Amino acid sequence: MIVLFGVFLLTLMVITALAIVHTRHLFVAVILTGIFSLLMAANFFLLDAADVALTEAAIGAGISTVLFLGALALTGEYERASTSNRLLAMCVVAVVTLIVIYATFDKPRFGDPLAPVHQHVSPWYLERTPEVIDIPNVVTAVLASFRGYDTLGEVFVVFTAGIGILFLFGARPRRRSGSPGIKMAEPDQGLRHYLIPRVVGRLLIPFILLFGLYVQFHGDYGPGGGFQAGAIVAAAFILYALLEGEAQALRVMPQRLLTGLIAGGALLYGAVGVAGMLLGGNFLDYSVLAADPITGQHIGILLIEAGVGIAVTGVLLSVFHAFAARGRH
Amino acid sequence: MVLLLDIASWALLSIGGTFVFIGGVGVLRMPNLYTRIHAASLTDTMGAILIIVGVMLQAGASLAAIKLAAILLFLLLTSPTASNALASAALLAGLRPGDTVASHEEQSG
Repeated sequence: MIVLFGVFLLTLMVITALAIVHTRHLFVAVILTGIFSLLMAANFFLLDAADVALTEAAIGAGISTVLFLGALALTGEYERASTSNRLLAMCVVAVVTLIVIYATFDKPRFGDPLAPVHQHVSPWYLERTPEVIDIPNVVTAVLASFRGYDTLGEVFVVFTAGIGILFLFGARPRRRSGSPGIKMAEPDQGLRHYLIPRVVGRLLIPFILLFGLYVQFHGDYGPGGGFQAGAIVAAAFILYALLEGEAQALRVMPQRLLTGLIAGGALLYGAVGVAGMLLGGNFLDYSVLAADPITGQHIGILLIEAGVGIAVTGVLLSVFHAFAARGRH
Repeated sequence: MVLLLDIASWALLSIGGTFVFIGGVGVLRMPNLYTRIHAASLTDTMGAILIIVGVMLQAGASLAAIKLAAILLFLLLTSPTASNALASAALLAGLRPGDTVASHEEQSG
């Protein structure tokens, strides 16, 4: 039954992908990309990868779609007709497809316990997590503690991407700094004239933030963690910006604070690692953070997940505001 | 009792599925945007209510049922709002309720 669902979802994804390639209308393509991500999330969930599914749904289907729409507001609505050589492109695609299909013959069967991926370090993680870290969600244990270096790298990738986008988009024209009072009244007022979305949106924002905090701090026990929570909290603020206008959102959470969040989140993660070194352990070894190694692990995971969440929120909101500010000029 | 719950949940899921199906057919067959929104909102409201209540009966008195109730509440707040926002945005963009999709596509394309 699960396999049937999986095949159904994958077929829908192929159809969606073909539709994305086929359509010339970029708005349609963006919405289809969102649908593609949602199908992907459902597929991950079928494969029991709830953490990845949550990330895909929050970031792929949610935030990315908003950012794409923000980008679309700056460009045209239709794709320009391609003038390049289609035959060559089709040949390349066909060859790559054949190679990929050929490569799948060597893949282990779905759910095969003898597959290499289940023979390497996974059994060790599953065995050791209860005694070394003692949290129910092994994914969080692997992500935050066993492979803390990788996650640190991911946070720095997010951090670097945020800085890059701020550099590309952040260069504001000089005249803006001259008369902020006049400029504040001008930007589009969000959905101020739509009464019903405003009322419902304002009603929902606190609950979205609460859910974000739940996902953040429940990551030790169930699917969730800093990446997903950061996306959800950012979504709440983006909703606020859509409802009340971007200027009001920037007044609530100024760009300076967002930049601080980006740097502060990454810094918090690194600082936890350095604190471990100062207390006599290795970099990112949380066991020395408290008298009891397991408590130390819990504190370390809590802190670095908070760092991830803060950095992701800051980056996503900065990117959103960068796009939105660009559209105004 | 278990059998009774199963039958009730089966009936709710089937009727909910039918509503979703009718909504899907409506979105494809209706002549213009506003009537299509009307068809789609059938999926959001009747379909969602019946299916989630059906699943709740399967979940029994557990944390899962409370989570499902929260999802239902969220859907009942957001789906009609989304429909409303979509319709009013279309109206502001100048799409008149009388237009058919074909004539609109001729105008823009």
